[in-house]
Amino acid sequence: MADRRPGIEIRTRRGAKVVASRRAKRLTDRGERNPLVYLVAVATAALTAAPVIYVMLGGFRSNQQINTDPTGLPNPWKPSNYLKVFADPVFWNESKNSLVIAVGATVGVCLLGVMVAFVLARYSFKGRGALYAVFAAGLMFPLTVAALPLYLLLGQIGLAGNPLSIILPQIGFQLPMTVVILVPFLRAIPAELEEASIIDGTTRIGFFWRILLPLSVPGLVTVGVLGFIASWNAYLLPMLLLNRTAEYTLPLGVAHYATEHSTDTAMVLAFTSICMLPALIFFTILQKRIVGGLTGAVKG
Amino acid sequence: MTAVIPSEATPGTDDRAAGSGRRRPRAPRRSGLSFRTRGEIALFTGPALIVYIGFVFVPIALAAYYGFFTWNGVGAPTKFVGADNYIRAFTDPNFLKAIQHNAFYVIASLVVQGPLALLVALLINRRIRLRGMFRLLLFAPYVLSEAVAGVAWRLLLPPGGAINAILGGLGLDSWKHDWLGDPSVTNWTVLVLISWKYLGFAVVLFLAGMQSIPDELSEAASIDGAGYWQTQLRITIPLLGPTIRIWAFLSIIGSMQLFDLPYILNGGRPATGNQTMATYMMLYGQERHMYGFGSAVAVILFVLSLAVALVYQRLVLRRDTEGALTRGVF
Repeated sequence: MADRRPGIEIRTRRGAKVVASRRAKRLTDRGERNPLVYLVAVATAALTAAPVIYVMLGGFRSNQQINTDPTGLPNPWKPSNYLKVFADPVFWNESKNSLVIAVGATVGVCLLGVMVAFVLARYSFKGRGALYAVFAAGLMFPLTVAALPLYLLLGQIGLAGNPLSIILPQIGFQLPMTVVILVPFLRAIPAELEEASIIDGTTRIGFFWRILLPLSVPGLVTVGVLGFIASWNAYLLPMLLLNRTAEYTLPLGVAHYATEHSTDTAMVLAFTSICMLPALIFFTILQKRIVGGLTGAVKG
Repeated sequence: MTAVIPSEATPGTDDRAAGSGRRRPRAPRRSGLSFRTRGEIALFTGPALIVYIGFVFVPIALAAYYGFFTWNGVGAPTKFVGADNYIRAFTDPNFLKAIQHNAFYVIASLVVQGPLALLVALLINRRIRLRGMFRLLLFAPYVLSEAVAGVAWRLLLPPGGAINAILGGLGLDSWKHDWLGDPSVTNWTVLVLISWKYLGFAVVLFLAGMQSIPDELSEAASIDGAGYWQTQLRITIPLLGPTIRIWAFLSIIGSMQLFDLPYILNGGRPATGNQTMATYMMLYGQERHMYGFGSAVAVILFVLSLAVALVYQRLVLRRDTEGALTRGVF
């Protein structure tokens, strides 16, 4: 047994690591050259991406092309559908509505979430555990259950149609996830920093604004991205509360457009693929953050 | 997510609380917190608590209240009917079918997505070229809005659409179906679509979990002569347990509340064969203005989800706080 583990005999951790990682590298290198690995990866990626690509290509075709051969490539390519969508004020208005709501909900949930997480992570008081439990329990409260009462309640107080009627519930329902991710994050910021800042004469609120908040930007970006995606994609609540087409967000607009222009498949394809773009671009830029955020959530 | 309640007082916190109340030296210490500290806590938690209680707790409580009335949403609910709405829901064959559909999505999602995502994650976790791009492509459906994705699929799935054309092109004419219109297959259509949409989420979650497994363990295993797959089977997958269990939890809860996709695809009505509890709720609650009955359905959905969540947490997630190894990793 012992003679099979040369790394450990050296007794120094560094030595052991060198031996061991050379082995590991050989192991992964073998994976790199295995064509089966690439085959499975390519096949899975192709299957997941194919519908998106089909919709995007379909937008470049005419209805006649689509009807004669539903699976063909654009021939000739017709950018007119896309140009029409971009020239459509309805599309821009819906984008604006989506953006206002998503930014509002994201800023709100980040701000309120980091404040609560600050107290939960760095104050000690009776009831702190209970307060945390109240927020963590919210992970199990689905928005679906609250949808009908929210619709009635917000309609009664005259908020229906107002972006706030979407933003406020979205903040509420996103808070649990935000708090659960941020608390360990804020807790990990060294206590020495807080002590030093107190010695230098700031209050704890000063510490929060000047030191903690700038240091927690990575965590905030993570919860912000998750919150933004959740809000940007929301369908149920906007459907209930935004009834005039001028108030529609993009998901509502796409569904509406598809019903209105059900005979003009090519236009619907173009409209749909343009609505996919912001989420895809946003995700491409921030994918590391999202993955990081999920890691945080797993560890939570 | 495992809801670990923060451990008690970080050392020194009390001193600081006392220090900040320096001007009133007698006040803090014994009564616990200084006036100022209390004020800070209230200031920082107040806004979030107001929004959280007002827009999460109050509506859920209202749903529980409305559920006991027959009410069309006009004026205040006055016609108290006791448990009638609940009895009515549980005796409606359509609602029972909706529960069955949800159960089908819960179980089938676990069975289909779990092993597939694990396999893909294990493959991508190796140092392959273009790993970032694969991850991006796999994860793309997850960031799309359910409504937008649903509309896209609605264009692909009709009898004369692209999916049937592809099947025909492959010589699989007998596989062609009216994917959204035939109630005997719509369930499977929805299953395929949710697997398509959420597989990437599972993969990324698993990849994230794999990154927190120390390399030393698989190194040690390989030094001891374990092969690649043996290492994965004996080391990676068992250590990924907590991540898998959390994914399963999220997947179960998501499947129980499924609304957007069936609703967008074909309305999620009784006749379409893929009605879920949530689309049932909306059909009665919003479209037929039976807010009392709709609320009762919402409460059933809530209680069922909560029960499943609690049982799961007790029986399954609990292990994660017990195993010595997992405690070391997570």
